[in-house]
Amino acid sequence: MRFLEFNLKNYALRHMQVMLFSLGQLWRQPLASSMTVFVIGIALAMPAGLYVLLQNLNQVSNQWDDASQISLFMQADFTDQQAKQFTDTLRAWPDIAAVEYQTANQSLEEFRQLSGLGDLLNTLPSNPLPALVMVNPSKNSLRPDAVGSLLARLEILPEVEQAQLDMEWLQRLRSMSKTGQRGISLLAILLSLSVLLVIGNTIRLAILNRQAEIKVTKLVGGTNAFVRRPFLYTGFWYGTLGGIVAWLTLLFTLSLLSGPINELSLLYNSPFSLQWLTGQMFIVLPLSGMTLGVLGAWLAVGRHLSAIEPR
Amino acid sequence: MIQFTDVYKRYQNQHEALSGLSFNIDKGEMAFLTGHSGAGKSTLLKLIALIERSSHGQVLINNQNLSHLPQRKIPYYRRQIGLVFQDHYLLHDRTVFDNVALPLVIAGENHREIGRRVRASLDKVGLLGKERNLPIALSGGEQQRVGIARAVVNRPPILLADEPTGNLDPELSRDIMQLFEQFNQVGVTVFVATHDHELIKTLPYRQVILQKGRLAQQETA
Repeated sequence: MRFLEFNLKNYALRHMQVMLFSLGQLWRQPLASSMTVFVIGIALAMPAGLYVLLQNLNQVSNQWDDASQISLFMQADFTDQQAKQFTDTLRAWPDIAAVEYQTANQSLEEFRQLSGLGDLLNTLPSNPLPALVMVNPSKNSLRPDAVGSLLARLEILPEVEQAQLDMEWLQRLRSMSKTGQRGISLLAILLSLSVLLVIGNTIRLAILNRQAEIKVTKLVGGTNAFVRRPFLYTGFWYGTLGGIVAWLTLLFTLSLLSGPINELSLLYNSPFSLQWLTGQMFIVLPLSGMTLGVLGAWLAVGRHLSAIEPR
Repeated sequence: MIQFTDVYKRYQNQHEALSGLSFNIDKGEMAFLTGHSGAGKSTLLKLIALIERSSHGQVLINNQNLSHLPQRKIPYYRRQIGLVFQDHYLLHDRTVFDNVALPLVIAGENHREIGRRVRASLDKVGLLGKERNLPIALSGGEQQRVGIARAVVNRPPILLADEPTGNLDPELSRDIMQLFEQFNQVGVTVFVATHDHELIKTLPYRQVILQKGRLAQQETA
């Protein structure tokens, strides 16, 4: 047991040494290394930045959820006496939160005020406006499909002439944001692929540069794992450092954007302010960079290392 | 220790480098491998180091049948053989110490043990004072001695050398041979490929002589 413990300690120590050795190698060629790191950083920052903006867009549109309202324009022969019973029925529906009734006269009054036509409307023989019932869906049925089904069920009620969802544009925004999400996922995949290729190519060059060393190492009994290790750690460092650069790039870009956006939301009287998601991104970016780095190195090493055998 | 039985090596271009070769080198023996260029000396050493595999026949090294050794076990097998090359194969971006330490680092020795054994090995080849130097700062003979120190640092039972004195003048060559003899005296099996006839004439060891891939004769000098 003591022996095993000792060996494990030795093993971990060796990994630490190789890890620091690879970092030292990057450090010794600062220009080439930092260029690679920056390419990776920018490639990772792009989808991350778009993701942050999209999350913010979703947050804004969520604020408008409560405003989603269905207007029911009643039949012309709908009387105020029927109204009480009708609204009570609707209030009992589980997917309706609130119901408000507005008589035809109230509608006319409102129209008079808003339109400014004033006395001109008095010349009309009768009130052309219908009574109005405003329905607020309950919180659980705010999803587009739930609201849609509610709308359909309201529309076929005999008392209702026409039902109209005021927030159809919100659905369009939602589906646009869904499209955006899909696009960002695709972009993230493509850029991840390019990170893989960048790291793979860098590692390939590193392998070619150290061909002699690999041959000698194999001749004196180095296993493939031993030869592979420093390259995997090189990929690890490129990816992780690239992730950190991506995070810094994101911070920088958002700090440039946040000023104008806050001004804009002030103009719209909106409580909105840009969410940076820095904490989340500080974990996600280096982690995905690291994963891509090790994976890219692994692919390059697997492809090129077996080709270098002592002859 | 080294036992060849009816060994053939044919390359893809149909060139037959070794044909029906059989010979034997005992444990603790020192022997030379000689013959003209192209007689198959390098091929023979490559078969022992498992850089190549025989097309036919049996190679037994230290009681291991090399044709039955799977690819993934080759690194561990090679750790039993110290290899010395004509061109040293030193790593020029690392110090003498780091070059010699490489086999121990690969084997996963701990730090203190590595330092102790590298210094012992450098002491044996007379380069203890140069451990911090880069190989490029050493003379040809010194570089070759670094190569030998690296080959013996993990105390392999077999030491193979391919033209170790090829680039050295006669006096340095004698020094190198004396080093090999010293290792042989402590029990290491030493097998040296060379065409330096002047040198080996003066030494009392058996010669395995190759001619066109066959055994020409075995001379006990």
